[in-house]
Amino acid sequence: MAKNLKNGKSIGSMLIGLFRQQIFIPIAALMILVIFNLIADPSFFKITMGQNNAGDPILSGYLVTILNNASELAILAIGMTLVTAASGGQDISVGATIAIAGSVILRILCGAAGPRPETMQAPIFVAFLVACVVTMLFGAFNGALVAYFKIQPMVATLIMFTAGRSIAAWINNNQLPVIKDVSFGYFGNYIPGIPVPTPVFIAILCMIIIALVLKFTNLGLYVQAVGINSHSSRLNGLNPELIKFVTYVIMGLCVAVAGLIKVSRISTINYSVIAKDIEMDAILAVALGGNALGGGKFSMTASILGAYVIQFLTTTLYKFEVPSDALPAYKAIVVIILVVMSAPIVREKMGKLWKKIAPKKAVKEA
Amino acid sequence: MGNENVVLKMRGICKYFPGVKALQNVDFTLRKGEIHALMGENGAGKSTLIKVLTGVYPKDDGQIFIDDKAVVIRSPQEAQNSGISTVYQEITLCPNLTVAENMYIGREKGIGVSWGKMNASAKKLLDSLEIPAVPTQQLGSCSIAVQQMVAIARAVDMECKVLILDEPTSSLDEQEVQKLFKLMRELREKGVGIIFVTHFLEQVYEVCDTITVLRDGQLVGEYPIAELPRVQLVSKMLGKELDDLSDIKRHDEEAASHGDKVAVLEVKQLKSTTGVAPFDFEIFEGEVNGFTGLLGSGRSECVRAIFGADKTSGGEVYIGGKKFKINKPLDAMKHGVGYLAEDRKRDGIIGDLSVRDNIILALQVMNGFFRPFSRAKAEAFADEYIKLLQIKTASTNTPIKALSGGNQQKVILARWLLTNPLYLILDEPTRGIDVGTKVEIQKLVLRLAEEGKSVTFISSEIDEMLRTCSRLIVMRDRKVVGELTGDELTQNHIMATIAGGDK
Repeated sequence: MAKNLKNGKSIGSMLIGLFRQQIFIPIAALMILVIFNLIADPSFFKITMGQNNAGDPILSGYLVTILNNASELAILAIGMTLVTAASGGQDISVGATIAIAGSVILRILCGAAGPRPETMQAPIFVAFLVACVVTMLFGAFNGALVAYFKIQPMVATLIMFTAGRSIAAWINNNQLPVIKDVSFGYFGNYIPGIPVPTPVFIAILCMIIIALVLKFTNLGLYVQAVGINSHSSRLNGLNPELIKFVTYVIMGLCVAVAGLIKVSRISTINYSVIAKDIEMDAILAVALGGNALGGGKFSMTASILGAYVIQFLTTTLYKFEVPSDALPAYKAIVVIILVVMSAPIVREKMGKLWKKIAPKKAVKEA
Repeated sequence: MGNENVVLKMRGICKYFPGVKALQNVDFTLRKGEIHALMGENGAGKSTLIKVLTGVYPKDDGQIFIDDKAVVIRSPQEAQNSGISTVYQEITLCPNLTVAENMYIGREKGIGVSWGKMNASAKKLLDSLEIPAVPTQQLGSCSIAVQQMVAIARAVDMECKVLILDEPTSSLDEQEVQKLFKLMRELREKGVGIIFVTHFLEQVYEVCDTITVLRDGQLVGEYPIAELPRVQLVSKMLGKELDDLSDIKRHDEEAASHGDKVAVLEVKQLKSTTGVAPFDFEIFEGEVNGFTGLLGSGRSECVRAIFGADKTSGGEVYIGGKKFKINKPLDAMKHGVGYLAEDRKRDGIIGDLSVRDNIILALQVMNGFFRPFSRAKAEAFADEYIKLLQIKTASTNTPIKALSGGNQQKVILARWLLTNPLYLILDEPTRGIDVGTKVEIQKLVLRLAEEGKSVTFISSEIDEMLRTCSRLIVMRDRKVVGELTGDELTQNHIMATIAGGDK
């Protein structure tokens, strides 16, 4: 019996440990969504091999949709996590700068041939690089306001939030360019012969890159140190302003990648609708990952997982035919539950509750 | 001792944290009109006991009686309602409100506030306690000491029976401390029981009636002040017969004669934007020197200028005889200078990061952005210094903010020792930490000097400076006013130089 008691305790304390883990929240949320769908309609998880209009084999099913549609959000969550951790605030301009990135890409591809060219006037690669430079410049603008002028991140990025979509429209003289070349659609859809949507690969590539960066540089340590205490970071030889600035530039890079996917999906752009409200979902992903929105310690994995949870939720709601107008309200309810669940005070209580239950169980087993 | 006078009784208090028995069966008794010192090393359980008493932590066992009635205290609010008030080391009032508002905030009856009445009664109370503050003045414009007194006045006005002063003197200078003590004595006359937590032995003997000593979460004993000489107190706190603090002696044979050796670091007419007058300074290999002076005399500003922590606006810096420009801390670090800052919370620890990350931070930054240490290497560094400095921490992964003050300081010390500096500046490294750790740090400084490193040591306690430094630079009103070596290094002489006037 003594042995059993001990076992019970160790399992209990392990679970308590898991409760306290940051990544527990997005995992738990994901589990709840999975279980809900399993009970409501197990066919949710069915993946079938089908064909698209061009006759190429593609995988289809809700899970594929989730993985596909969450790509932009996951990529943005990377940048948003760093920005949040270093500067203790969020970049709310990402949706608007995605519009700019998309607009720049289309503008370059159209070149001098007008808004509906028969062929692309420049390599996609070049268009993407130019978009990267442009969004990183806008990121640098945001970063400079935050880091050097000490303006609150939300206020600083409000400027681009307000102006971004107009700038995007202005870049293309308010016309709606359409790219007819199918190869441009590869980035947002499928590459012929590969049944998995390309955005999934792009997102995975971004995750690998950030994982490598975090492993082989001190980005993580510096960002966290600056976010927690910029005074002592400075006395340890760091340059807090530069580090905050850099996180906004990285955010700009993430925006360019997300922008490419977005415009490639439809081969055109709608300035007022593209990536609308995505900044809020990105911030939500960071929060859902259990990261403090006031900056400091962060978990990149948890943020990215948070992005997928949000998409999982959206897709689930679509599946149950919630009208798209009502969607935000439903989402809000779920978000309230998740956020309350992830509040430290609630987790503490849950841990305690488990502590009470666990020994009893062990006694019963014995 | 008469039981009828007892205002607070704590019996058999136990408190456990994961892996630590913070309090085991601790008794504590406070009488009316008594100033009772609560003493112990860092981690002895003083803070935990206070937090149990004020309802910040729930206790795991034991009972608390107020006026012989058992009470249950679940929150600071309940503690206050039972007549227990606390004034913390850090001011917890609102600096942007007025003095009177701070005294009455959260205590208004109903929603209306009569400002006139509030200010009048605040004035009455301030006058009766002889606190030099005007009710309508912004609290932030008062000195720290006055702010602390306002906090005490607030507590007194709430008719507290038990007043807890948690290290109230650590940021006060001598005069301000005296004012505070006067206030404490007045309150004692009025029958308030005062619990006084401090690290300053002199202050305990100056103002307290009774001492309770804790060690490792256990009660060592309660003693009337007259029956416990200082050495005894220290040995009880440390739990061993002290082989006498005075066994650390300076090796100052070579103190004054550096001849034409090249200074490890020399500055000429260095000036920073913080308003210290341009000053000269030099330090040699194996030397320990110090800046002394009253609070605000510019000691810290001088060393911050040397380290590049504040912007310099003129002057020259020579390291090993060569001229360098120090624009930012990293420049100084790269030339082998380390700086342990005065304000540990603001400029030292990175609270949420682990002990390990806090230890490796400075070296990691010097090592470069693209060359992070492997986890194993970082662990090895952390383990080495945790062992060397006997840092008490549950693991290398524990966030540093969970450690006691003295252990946090050791972690910061470890951070700089790890960078293997030629010249280490320690600005108030012993503030707010216990006697045992103080002595350890002093010994460490002398050991570093023996190893050929140079150290600048700053402390508010003159005898500590006397014990470690072979040369003292005396400051007054943001100017260097003297340099003392050899026979001049006596308490009286230093005092005289600080105070000014003739030698």
